[in-house]
Amino acid sequence: MSVDRLSGIALAVLGLLVLEETVRQRLPLGSLANPGPAYFPGVLACLVLVAGVALTLLGGSGPRFASLQWSEWRHALAILATIAFCALALERLGYRLTMFAALAFLIGYVERKPLAATVLLAAGLALGTFALFDTLLRVPLPRGPLGF
Amino acid sequence: MFEVIQNLGLGFSVALSPAVLFYAFVGCVIGTLVGVLPGVGPLAGISLLLPATFGMDATRAVVMLAGIYYGAMYGGSTTSILMRIPGEAASVMTCIDGYAMARKGRAGAALAIAGVGSYVAGTASVVGLMVMAPPLAAIALRFGPPEQLALLLLGLLVLAYMSSGSMLKALAMAALGLLLGTIGIDQMTGYMRFAYGVVELGDGLGVVPVAVGLFGVAEILATAGAPTPPAVVKPRLRELLPSRREWRDSAWPIARGSVLGFLIGILPGSAHIIASFVSYAVEKRLSRRPQEFGHGAVAGVAGPESANNAATSGAFVPMLALGVPSGPIPVVMLAALMVHGVAPGPLLIQNQPALFWGFIASMYVGNVMLLILNLPLVGVFVNILRVPYPYLYPAILVFSILGVYAVNSSVVDVWIMLIMGVLGYVLRKLDFETAPIVLGVVLAPLIELSLRQSLAMSDGRYSIFLEHKIAALLLAVGLVLVLLNMYTFARRGLDWRARIALAEKGEGS
Repeated sequence: MSVDRLSGIALAVLGLLVLEETVRQRLPLGSLANPGPAYFPGVLACLVLVAGVALTLLGGSGPRFASLQWSEWRHALAILATIAFCALALERLGYRLTMFAALAFLIGYVERKPLAATVLLAAGLALGTFALFDTLLRVPLPRGPLGF
Repeated sequence: MFEVIQNLGLGFSVALSPAVLFYAFVGCVIGTLVGVLPGVGPLAGISLLLPATFGMDATRAVVMLAGIYYGAMYGGSTTSILMRIPGEAASVMTCIDGYAMARKGRAGAALAIAGVGSYVAGTASVVGLMVMAPPLAAIALRFGPPEQLALLLLGLLVLAYMSSGSMLKALAMAALGLLLGTIGIDQMTGYMRFAYGVVELGDGLGVVPVAVGLFGVAEILATAGAPTPPAVVKPRLRELLPSRREWRDSAWPIARGSVLGFLIGILPGSAHIIASFVSYAVEKRLSRRPQEFGHGAVAGVAGPESANNAATSGAFVPMLALGVPSGPIPVVMLAALMVHGVAPGPLLIQNQPALFWGFIASMYVGNVMLLILNLPLVGVFVNILRVPYPYLYPAILVFSILGVYAVNSSVVDVWIMLIMGVLGYVLRKLDFETAPIVLGVVLAPLIELSLRQSLAMSDGRYSIFLEHKIAALLLAVGLVLVLLNMYTFARRGLDWRARIALAEKGEGS
């Protein structure tokens, strides 16, 4: 299947899901003359649906989905896991510990860099950015249970 | 005229204060770095550093962010000329003749011409911005909700039209962005929409996590596994002086690039990218030696480099005069103003003269700084390229997470950034542009409010958009653009936007 056709189907499904959601959340639609809170999202969902259908119908000749290169997926997955870890740990472990762990994982484990460079860079960045933003620019960053 | 000079005096008194001067310098240095580094475009750079401006006042913040924007245009030429790697998409055209000049031993001259051209265009276009923005804002003050809605819709349509690639896909992305922009409390009725009990979503999706996710994180996800860049040509300082013939051949291309770039910059879309393409085509058409293009023609460097710099100032005209961003970068700059409690719109110049004129004056100063930074210090910036990407991207990621978290001190924003990162990564793979999504997220509340206010004004009659002449005219222009695109599609020709899309592929933005 072509990339455009697959994207079109995904957009059409999204449009339908949003329409279904506006009904499920019981948002008042209002009228053409006096639109309610569901009116604008409803119109936009219809536009996404129409664009999806048009793309599905017109997009048959583009590159195939199977031809796309996803060679960097392992890196991408590791980076996404790191961001998820940061979101979970930031307010529990504090900024400095969270960032040190995240950087150590990316540089040391994912990129297989030497231990000394990993520790030096992870600690330097975690502490340096904290000092710059929290201490100098007064952007409050979370501290962990030990105040670190 | 006297009023302009008086206001400019006020601007220079702001811009030359040590603090503003310092932030302009910081912005220019960061911008040059952003321009030099392939894969980190000005949009990602500005989005990532937006939270760092929260501790500053609005003038310093906007001066620093603008410095990053036009600084990136200067820096982008360095890697294009020395390595044939465009640091950002607007430098794609500079690669062709700039790199050819470098291979002939004229790298220094190419860098000097690009720097001087950027300086002349940057400075000249600030004059244009200074002259055009205030009268445009005065006209826009007469706009009511119908005109506002028509203008916003036209902005979205023009962005979709000017986007490289398919207009249908760009419109689909704009609709998706508008849809995402409806998340949160409905301004008119107080109903909570699509928030699923997450209190933080009450105010809607923030522009910062959406922009950083779609541009910054998506970029890292796509490039973290890529091979390292090739070796760098390092020019010596004494090689920087162009010959008399090179100066002569580049004078008119710089002048034409400045005017073209400024005018294209006012239009919504990826103006700085389009400007460099159009300028290259114009120079080749006008040249007495068109056969030299592609083999080291100095006009092929001077024109596009001047045009992309002039376009950055042009892009600030609708942003500052109307409060309507003409592309994703002005969107983030507007977000910066809004974070600082400055309401964008036609009243901005009237209510915040120190900010507006200080910003204008800082651009004059910034262009001088950039000329100094980019010629003698070119070797320093090129060394940044030697930092291996496995060390560089984790650092960029830390700034992304930190920046997004710092906006509201909320981890919900970090999750939104993650989701937007995945969305941006997949959409890039599927050849969709993500800029219209960000624009949609910003414009959705404004469009919905204008629509409902217009209908309230007219007792629910949609004919109000035809009765108000300016609104009708703006909507008609939008319709013409859609029809034009359908005509192009029917002809199935490879138009200029498709050529830009091909050139942009794999170059980052």
